[in-house]
Amino acid sequence: MSILKRIAYFVGLPLLLIIMWWALTLGEPNFYVPTPAQLITTFWEVWAGERFATDFLPSIIRLFIGLIATITLGIVLGILIGSFRWLRSLTEPLLEFFRAIPPPVLVPLFILLIGINDQMMIFVIISGSIWPVLLNTVEGVRAVDEVLSDTSRTYGIHGFSRVRHLVLPAASPQIMTGVRQSLSIGLILMVISEMFGASSGIGYTIVLFQRGFAIPEMWSGIAVLGLIGIALSLISKAIEARVLRWYHGVKEVQRDS
Amino acid sequence: MSTPMLSIKNLKKTYQVGDGEIEAVHNITLDIAEGELICIVGPSGAGKTTLLKCIAGLLAPTAGSIELAGAPVTGPPKAMAVVFQEYSRSLFPWMTVRANVELPLKNAGVSKAERDTLVDDALEAVELEHMPQSYPWQLSGGMQQRVAIARAVAYRPKVLLMDEPFAAVDAQTRADLEDLVRDIWHKLGVTILFITHDIDESVYLAQRVIMLSNSPTVVQDDLTIDLPDQRDQLTTRSSKRFVELRTHVYEQIQIAKASKPTGVTAIQKTSKR
Repeated sequence: MSILKRIAYFVGLPLLLIIMWWALTLGEPNFYVPTPAQLITTFWEVWAGERFATDFLPSIIRLFIGLIATITLGIVLGILIGSFRWLRSLTEPLLEFFRAIPPPVLVPLFILLIGINDQMMIFVIISGSIWPVLLNTVEGVRAVDEVLSDTSRTYGIHGFSRVRHLVLPAASPQIMTGVRQSLSIGLILMVISEMFGASSGIGYTIVLFQRGFAIPEMWSGIAVLGLIGIALSLISKAIEARVLRWYHGVKEVQRDS
Repeated sequence: MSTPMLSIKNLKKTYQVGDGEIEAVHNITLDIAEGELICIVGPSGAGKTTLLKCIAGLLAPTAGSIELAGAPVTGPPKAMAVVFQEYSRSLFPWMTVRANVELPLKNAGVSKAERDTLVDDALEAVELEHMPQSYPWQLSGGMQQRVAIARAVAYRPKVLLMDEPFAAVDAQTRADLEDLVRDIWHKLGVTILFITHDIDESVYLAQRVIMLSNSPTVVQDDLTIDLPDQRDQLTTRSSKRFVELRTHVYEQIQIAKASKPTGVTAIQKTSKR
């Protein structure tokens, strides 16, 4: 597909929905639903101004730190748990237990234990979004091809070298699947932790606007979240295109034959 | 008599399956001298791959011993390289051809300059010097197996094990690769243990053909191939002696297939309790 065509596909449906929204809000103004023009002006006023530094950036920094920690921790623990059967047996019941706890209920607990601060919110993000990366890494490590593993052994590739040259790349397709899921969970938890206990951030701002009946402003906050979501997905796709180039190549060859 | 390069004594391997066990290798004793090219041929299911994995140190034998140049094999020995049948699963798909060949050397701490020479020579030996930057999955099956052979050659092993390496490539490629193996063997003087189910291939390649019996596996026969050292696909395969030798191997394999294992059943189910 040419670049132009891809852009057309990318913006086509959103554009159509905005036009419909515009047409539906043409008549009597509705207090709870702003028009597209209203939203765009409000969006600009709110998020390009002071709130960019006081609320947008803190949220992004928390999200960024939370996700980097999640991915690093998830991959490291996943490789360890996936590599050793005894560790897997030992941790399995515990992992099942913690995985089943809906992360938002940890917010009040973390507020008590850590206090209302950035660390608390970062912990909430990690505690909820680590599971997809962790569990997918474990599965990816366990599924390393037997012949490839034998080959590495015969050439004396052990320990760190084995992780770097065999385990990590072999598990990377599954790890990326986990990372993609973790990104969206991380975003959700960032907002939830900010709604509960924060004095800054996008989640805090949205609640503040809603309570003050600043309806277009509230909508603009929701739009910011959607845009962050798109940005995260574009970043992860770009990383995946680099890291998994070989994987997509193999898949293509298998499809052709 | 000098120590053999590879010495297998009373090798036995059983697998635990549930609370019974399956005997893959019953009792194999075999000596291979330095620089020999040996083919092991046997009916399918004769435990050929199990035998190879034991020799390679990938599986621990249930009983018996394996020695490489006098030293017991307890894990994959440094002086050994293995070429597996499943070439598409034995090359690292995330590495280029060159990186695949280079990795074992890098891992062994060989210097960059020496590595470059070894890799270049190995790729040249398998006639792949023109595509070092390709990825394995971009190549045909035969070419992928050449990469695996180049990797083994660059590693400079004393013993090269090959487990039905050409079973999954087409006939023409197979003939080329067979000549390649003999060529490399001549050039490097490496000891080669080549496992195959193809009788013609075993006779064409080897100095000595070891025939395995049906499971439970023992050595059925040990045949010296007295064909001239310079072989080529056309004249060697049509020579009278070649036909005699392959007939002999064929007969032995037929006997091996037909013989119902005596005393023990192929799959031994013995309760632990």
